[in-house]
Amino acid sequence: MKVSRFTLYTNWLLDRFPLKKMWHDHMVHYYAPKNFNFWYFFGSLALMVLVNQIITGILLTMNYKPDAELAFDSVEYIMRDVNWGWLVRYMHSTGASAFFIVIYLHMFRGLIYGSYKEPRELVWIFGMLLFLALMAEAFMGYLLPWGQMSYWGAQVIISLFSAIPVIGDDLSLWVRGDYVVSDATLNRFFAFHVIAVPLVLVMLVFLHILALHEVGSNNPDGVEIKKIKDKDGIPLDGIPFHPYYTVKDIVGVAVFIIFFATVIFYMPELGGFFLESNNFIPADPLKTPEHIEPLWYFTPFYAILRAVPDKFAGVIAMFGSIIVLFLLPWLDRSPVKSIRYRGPLFKKAVFLFVVSFFALGYLGMKPPTATLTWFARLFSLIYFSFFLLMPIYSRWEKAKPVPRRVTQPPSLQRFMTEVKTAYYGAPSSKDKNYTLYGSTEFRTYPSKQGLINLCVLLAKKLKASLD
Amino acid sequence: MKKSLSISILLAVLSLNVAAEESVELQPANIDPEDRASIVHGAKVFVKYCLGCHSIKHIRYQRIAKDFALDDKKVLADIAPQGATIYDKMNTAMNAHDSSKWFGVNPPDLSLIARSRGADWLNTYLRTFYSDPSKPLGTNNLVFKDVGMPNVFWQLQGEQQPEYTEEDGQKVISSLTLGKPGTVSPHEFDTMINDLVNFLAYVGEPVKIERERMGKYVLFYLIIFLVISYLLKKEYWKDVD
Repeated sequence: MKVSRFTLYTNWLLDRFPLKKMWHDHMVHYYAPKNFNFWYFFGSLALMVLVNQIITGILLTMNYKPDAELAFDSVEYIMRDVNWGWLVRYMHSTGASAFFIVIYLHMFRGLIYGSYKEPRELVWIFGMLLFLALMAEAFMGYLLPWGQMSYWGAQVIISLFSAIPVIGDDLSLWVRGDYVVSDATLNRFFAFHVIAVPLVLVMLVFLHILALHEVGSNNPDGVEIKKIKDKDGIPLDGIPFHPYYTVKDIVGVAVFIIFFATVIFYMPELGGFFLESNNFIPADPLKTPEHIEPLWYFTPFYAILRAVPDKFAGVIAMFGSIIVLFLLPWLDRSPVKSIRYRGPLFKKAVFLFVVSFFALGYLGMKPPTATLTWFARLFSLIYFSFFLLMPIYSRWEKAKPVPRRVTQPPSLQRFMTEVKTAYYGAPSSKDKNYTLYGSTEFRTYPSKQGLINLCVLLAKKLKASLD
Repeated sequence: MKKSLSISILLAVLSLNVAAEESVELQPANIDPEDRASIVHGAKVFVKYCLGCHSIKHIRYQRIAKDFALDDKKVLADIAPQGATIYDKMNTAMNAHDSSKWFGVNPPDLSLIARSRGADWLNTYLRTFYSDPSKPLGTNNLVFKDVGMPNVFWQLQGEQQPEYTEEDGQKVISSLTLGKPGTVSPHEFDTMINDLVNFLAYVGEPVKIERERMGKYVLFYLIIFLVISYLLKKEYWKDVD
């Protein structure tokens, strides 16, 4: 039999490298639950944004100059004189914020469906380490444009180290490499931002996915699909990741890029949330801005820092607010994973947590006044009690029975059918009474009873989702 | 119960913020990146009145020629100061050492002023200079108090006098009235300032017109891509129940 040259070469490779095995283990024979909803898009989207950041980052490095004298102008040079430089730069700056949006949603998904619970504790820990690395990456990257906010933001955050007793001052000096943020700081942040932290990020992503594929994905029902398998050992509720979820994730990617492109092409600053107006002023070590605030993704933690009167205690509270997330798998004592089958107490707690997170994010952007600081204290208290009281309230609550198999994922089609039946009433023999004048039936006005039924349906759905 | 409580707290926080806004009301500028005539006129005004002290070093004369489809020679003749070449960046001839001695501060580069301050701020700032004999240069400004810059348009605009009112026992400027009229009408002056601000907005981000034009095609493509990818997904998933 004649073997084609191409097969010959690929066989040479496959004999020496487990490419086929990897493809099988992680794509075509990796069985994912079939009931994923839209919350499950954000994992693959995070990966895509990471790739976007790396590629645009490499392109930016080719023209960026990590030098306090040149950095600001080199960014403007990229924006104006480098071919497509503006697009690459906006993709990178928008990508940074998009990364946090996607990651926050990804973490929230884990929170509501209990994806951190046994046996996925390690997946959660790797994910949290990724979150820490991402925060470091964003913080250091933000210094590089060398604008006023870059400079003073770094100044404020690095000075936090000096709050540590005894070694504080020396430590912050060591981090900065100077008595104030300067060229030395810019250079080392550049090194960390483009080499050290990205390496850690990529490594952790690898570990995160490997650990996930060892235990299998959770799902909105929190049911372990591996418990019920067919005679071939394939989970009954599982479908191969490839092609089912690869084609599905492409849809998610398309929707995401539509939003992403809208920001890039029409509102790259997004009202100062993605690019702050103060950062279009070159860094000036002698001119402190009236009001220094980090970019939106850090403001919840910044609000917690400012809520505490003592600086060192504030630093501990800020780091504590992130560390406490690491402990989540052990704080949660509920036997049930998904929010769908947990008691009303947990749902209310999650609601309060979300409100406090947004409120802290908002407060972190505002100059601190006495009243606002009290609000920040209140919301910080709610934030921490969500986690620290969890061992108590998660044990108390009465969980609903969890089904053995996964339930059907919500579908727009089914929902629309329900809405239609509620509005028009179920098709029955009674309908014949309406068609007095032949077979055609006109209903141009909204029927009162239909609207009432519709409202009742929606209210029932809302109530069902809350308890 | 808890929910309504937290919502009302949130609303209270939001309303607190509104109360703490800036005092001087900004006059909105009419910015149109597609209005070629306005931007080119603004460029001329800039070179005539501003370039003496302020550079806009991130833009070249050639870029202006290219973006507004002007002939290089025409740009050099009409816009650029004498002796400039088409490849020059729009630098000022003033030396930084002198200027900081004269004005107390080195006049900043204005390439990104429209992005850091905003067009409305610029529009208001340029029109709200008023006579203040206590200042070394005789003028002060409503939105930028004690600014080192004099009113460079004093001949065109005329002299504005402040009117004061008492507020909580303090004298506050309530409005500005035109004392000595200038050489152009207030309407002409406002149009000129608007053109200048339009030009500065263009200088802040010259690529803006191009990116907004391009965005339409990108989004159009992406929507088609979304439809196709959705159909592909539906086809693959039809056997999953």
